[in-house]
Amino acid sequence: MNNLFRWAFAAVVMASLAACASPTRDAEDAERAAEADRTADADTRAMEADARYDAAALDDPDSLLSERLVYFAFDRDEVKPEFMDMLEEHAAYLAANPGAELRLEGHTDERGTREYNLGLGERRAKAVERVLTLNGASSDQVEIISYGEEMPVAFGQNEEAWAENRRVELVYESRQ
Amino acid sequence: MRRLIHWMLPVLLLWAAQAQAQLEVTVTEGVSGAIPVAVAPFAWEGDGRPPEDVDDILAANLTRSGLFNVERDGLPQAPTGPADFLAQPWAEAGMEYLVVGSKRPAGDRVIVQFHLFDVLAEERLGGWRVAVPADRLRRGAHQVSDIIYEAITGDPGAFSARIAFVNVQRDGDDSLFRLQVADSDGANPHTLFRSRLPIMSPEWSPDGSELVYVSFENRRSEVYRQDVATGERTRVASFRGINSAPAWSPDGRYLALSLSRDGTPNIYLMELATGDMRQLTRSNAIETEPAWSPDGETVYFTSDRAGAPQIYAVPREGGNPRRLTFESGYAGAATVSPDGRSLVYVHGGGGFRLARLDLDDRRVTLLTEGGGAESPSFAPNGSMIIYAMTHGGQGVLGSVSRDGQVHQRLAGSEGDVREPAWSPLN
Repeated sequence: MNNLFRWAFAAVVMASLAACASPTRDAEDAERAAEADRTADADTRAMEADARYDAAALDDPDSLLSERLVYFAFDRDEVKPEFMDMLEEHAAYLAANPGAELRLEGHTDERGTREYNLGLGERRAKAVERVLTLNGASSDQVEIISYGEEMPVAFGQNEEAWAENRRVELVYESRQ
Repeated sequence: MRRLIHWMLPVLLLWAAQAQAQLEVTVTEGVSGAIPVAVAPFAWEGDGRPPEDVDDILAANLTRSGLFNVERDGLPQAPTGPADFLAQPWAEAGMEYLVVGSKRPAGDRVIVQFHLFDVLAEERLGGWRVAVPADRLRRGAHQVSDIIYEAITGDPGAFSARIAFVNVQRDGDDSLFRLQVADSDGANPHTLFRSRLPIMSPEWSPDGSELVYVSFENRRSEVYRQDVATGERTRVASFRGINSAPAWSPDGRYLALSLSRDGTPNIYLMELATGDMRQLTRSNAIETEPAWSPDGETVYFTSDRAGAPQIYAVPREGGNPRRLTFESGYAGAATVSPDGRSLVYVHGGGGFRLARLDLDDRRVTLLTEGGGAESPSFAPNGSMIIYAMTHGGQGVLGSVSRDGQVHQRLAGSEGDVREPAWSPLN
């Protein structure tokens, strides 16, 4: 899945580099070339990949890009392996859409002191930022905010609620 | 129980009259050996009803301190002045002290005259007169309480001090955060600032005229100061990253802050007059929750530089931080006693409790049992600590005496109440 994806992305980049490198063609030539391009195998895949990075993909429930939550263990900030595929997908999206901007909102559960939890929320958001930038996103595209324990989504005083609150939310400020 | 209901009644009536968010005090655990004090009804020498029942407020305050058993019912006499005092009937009723008094209107003001008797010694310990504007008679009643408290215990009272706190009300997915200031008994709450986004960490200026706090109104943490009387508000810290945990130096010149502008949260000192910043701690850990020693020479703070959060001390001029807590896997949010000799902090391990660390001998005493305790704040006279906890799923305030013997709960009538901060005496 991931490999195919990267390969397709590379194809887009190579195709556009090739286009830049070719000498100026007249309108007819361009039309013909475009026709040929449309039938080319590699470019068909490239176009599919392109669609995967359309802003619309962010709303596609079948795309990993529709997932925007990363959960953490108590008092920990390591990103668990099960969130890596999703974050690599978002990193690829950011790489393909240099104008896209993402806000990472770090949160904690209610245990522990409030000001300390602000620091912990920031650590979690920064851990997610590292995964994104190591996979192709630019740090200029990512903004970090910590809300600590101040904005819970679950209100019980039990492990289930706490686990839901220990999270980083990915919020797209700008999609393209 | 009878006594409890008796003195809660005026609080409840007041709440009904004001019809707004109000704290209500419940003594959850008292001490045996509390001093029996009789408070006789204060006569009203004016027309109609007096604006406030000073004697009721006095009785409630003394009870809340946990040091007194206050008797209001079945008093053998109803004296209102010193001339009427006879010790014997009060001694027979088991009383050790008696407070009598009267209040009368004088133009826009009310004059309260009151006397304290030592029943066993059969003598008058003192007589006082407090004149206050009629519409501020409640504050006058707190002054009366401070005078009586000090005359009996020898320590200054803290009833005239106020508490600041954050009130949060949820409405579906929306929350309303309010920064509020109330009398020390929770009465007269008023809102200084409200926001749909979190408000955190209120702390008083040393002269009690301003609050400093964190607001997320711009979708990030920023530090603001606000004048309590005028409401005038200024943003003081809005650096990249976290701006949090403001603590005013005792001389009023500096704010200690936790900022992550250079990477991870560290403690900085900001000179308020110039805005000059100095970095006090340097680590890659989370360093936050600064608190000043009363002499302004030491800053206590929380750091997880050793793996888990613990409390450290660093000289204000800088230097190597010294670790102070070793007893549990989590220690944070220290508040310093007014005499500078103890810290009360959140102690983790089997829930979060309050513990007191005596700095002279490094002895640790647990002050609360079970439950989640957080955000402790020492009363300005050092007699008790107010803090936040959860009770029945609601965020409420609790208070505990310095020795951990007397526990009380101040239940908010609406929403969650959290992060109390006791004002200085002024």
